[in-house]
Amino acid sequence: MNVNMDKNGQIHKTSGQPHILLAGINHETAPVEVREAIAFQEHEIPAALDSVLAIRSVHEAILLSTCNRIEVLFTADDPSDTVPLVIKSLAGLKKIDPKRIEPHLYMHEDKNAVRHIFRVASGLDSMVMGEPQIFGQVKSAYRLAVEQNATGVILNRLTHKTFLVAKRVRTETGIGGSAVSISYAAVELAKKIFGALDGKSVLLIGAGEMAELAVEHLAGNRVGSIHVANRTFEHAVELAGKYNGRAVSFEEIPDILSFVDIVVSSTGAPGFIISREQVRRSMRGRRNNPIFFIDIAVPRDIDPDVNRVANAYVYDIDDLKSVVDENISQRHREAVKAKRIIEESALSFMAWYESLDVVPTVVALRNKIARIAESETRKTLGSALKHLAQEDKQAVQRMTEAIINKILHDPTTFLKNSSSRKEKHRYLDITKRLFKLESDSQKYH
Amino acid sequence: MIDLTSFAALFFYTLSGAAYLVYLLAQREKVHLYGYFLLLAGFICHAVFLCGQAVMLGHLPAFTLSHNLSLAACSTAGVFLLLNRRMNLKFFGVYAVPIILAITLVSVMLPEGAPYRGGGTDIKRIADSAWLITHVITMFAANGAFALACGAGIFYLVQEHAIKNKKRGFFYKRLPPLELLDSAGYSCIVAGFAMLTLGLVTGAVYAELVWGAFWRWDPKEVWSGITWLVYAALLHERLVAGWRGRRAAIMSIAGFFIVEFTFLGGNLLLGGHHGVFTRV
Repeated sequence: MNVNMDKNGQIHKTSGQPHILLAGINHETAPVEVREAIAFQEHEIPAALDSVLAIRSVHEAILLSTCNRIEVLFTADDPSDTVPLVIKSLAGLKKIDPKRIEPHLYMHEDKNAVRHIFRVASGLDSMVMGEPQIFGQVKSAYRLAVEQNATGVILNRLTHKTFLVAKRVRTETGIGGSAVSISYAAVELAKKIFGALDGKSVLLIGAGEMAELAVEHLAGNRVGSIHVANRTFEHAVELAGKYNGRAVSFEEIPDILSFVDIVVSSTGAPGFIISREQVRRSMRGRRNNPIFFIDIAVPRDIDPDVNRVANAYVYDIDDLKSVVDENISQRHREAVKAKRIIEESALSFMAWYESLDVVPTVVALRNKIARIAESETRKTLGSALKHLAQEDKQAVQRMTEAIINKILHDPTTFLKNSSSRKEKHRYLDITKRLFKLESDSQKYH
Repeated sequence: MIDLTSFAALFFYTLSGAAYLVYLLAQREKVHLYGYFLLLAGFICHAVFLCGQAVMLGHLPAFTLSHNLSLAACSTAGVFLLLNRRMNLKFFGVYAVPIILAITLVSVMLPEGAPYRGGGTDIKRIADSAWLITHVITMFAANGAFALACGAGIFYLVQEHAIKNKKRGFFYKRLPPLELLDSAGYSCIVAGFAMLTLGLVTGAVYAELVWGAFWRWDPKEVWSGITWLVYAALLHERLVAGWRGRRAAIMSIAGFFIVEFTFLGGNLLLGGHHGVFTRV
């Protein structure tokens, strides 16, 4: 028999050290129909945690549910029996057949589970490598679990370590470094031309999700005036209202070119809207200040020859895509560094985790010696030293306690520091046999 | 010639150059600060060295090629330090420090040359004039500023090429934005031009005092005049027609070549009364 600490830090009798387990599905293993069927809204999570914790062998649990992944991280005594029970209880809450989830399910145990949660929080396992939102999602999953009193020694420590790892990955690698969406890539390019974007003026021609997203990012960088041109003027007015900008007609575009800094174009027009000649002529008026064209339209709106005008830069959708591809492969290269950090941290976490099973033995040893000392001092103080005053008796007791502490100090340190797991188990075994702790374990509970 | 202070200057310049090299490769924000402060230490040692030389010689150490190069390096370091504080151009160290280091090294390796005992003109009389001191210092400061403008121009062309041709290479990530490079180059040229103008005026006044004529068509005078005209044209075009970007960058590189030709070539090849200052 061995002992374990549960979520309340109490020591229980169990058949071994609890295991760290992780079961889940994500965007790679499961189609969206399955993910949405088992996804939990924030308000549903407390009930889900309760139902997982209601399983007898489960000690602690955290439930992470985002649109790309649903994962449950928990500690339990008996992995093979517990995982199906956990899945069954979660599926039951969602009123779906566990068989629908099972083919998509992945499970990790101990070190693999630790490594997996580190990877997830660092964004290595995300659809877009290195995306930062997942970190916040892991954080709020942990907060919900803490509020539900569902975490204990092991998962608290593991989650804090996870946050440290994710932060380290972010600062020490370029995994979240450069833009991996078309609109962000456009904004980054604009910054490489203009430096800070505050006060720069923007012209949006046409409409469209990507173009509007780009303008929103630009507005987020505190650009100055925003002009919106559209074939249908009402549409332009509507969009301009959204960005607090000014609606202009198509005919005004050549004039606007003489002062605007960034042009985002996305119309359905079959031919070019802005010609090389127009830009060349506008250069005098703009005193050769650089102008940056972001052409998101297909077919293109800006004559590619505009790029040949001095101080004019044209990026079309393919150019931006190649920037994005480059950045994504850059992130994948950075992921190698991130994996090293994760591996290191997983090792150091496991070292702590494995030291946990020393604790019950040390407690048992201390209890046994304390019990012997207590009964012997009581005997002596009751007979041979009966004449002592109350204070003197207390002094003798304090001395006894000090002796116990001093005797136990070295063996305790030795057991905690034994390097390998195998070696540690051997010494634990010897300790238990030397002091006959096995048979005693029943008594101290 | 080498002594403790010039050795210390070289030592700090080398460390600073190494720090900027690490900054170029590793892109760690802190590293350029090390580079900056090491350069500052080098600059102070260098200035102490030059002051020591001035005290020892009893005149400004500007009469041998060795001294002149040393002055050039020191003033470039000074201009860079000032500019970096004002404009936060971390990346410039990658260009400026190796140049400063190279010029200082050459100046240390060159023989000092015999003290000048010119026929007829007494060195003390030449050197003691406040006009001359101002002339020499402003000319070297202008030289340093134009060197940095040239660097800004080179960086601009590299970065512009990367953006225009969509070939983002090693430098694209590391170089500052185009507009910043452009305005930094412009600031350097404005500062350099002001110094050059002041240097030409004080030089002319001094020439009047010593040789009795403001302008004597000495080759170096002519080339200095050409330099002044080139930069005047550049500034004029920028202010009037908005010359900026690529063309301005090319002009500032070309301008610096003329400056260097005037400084070295003018002395070594063309003869004239400045020749005595750059004897090896």
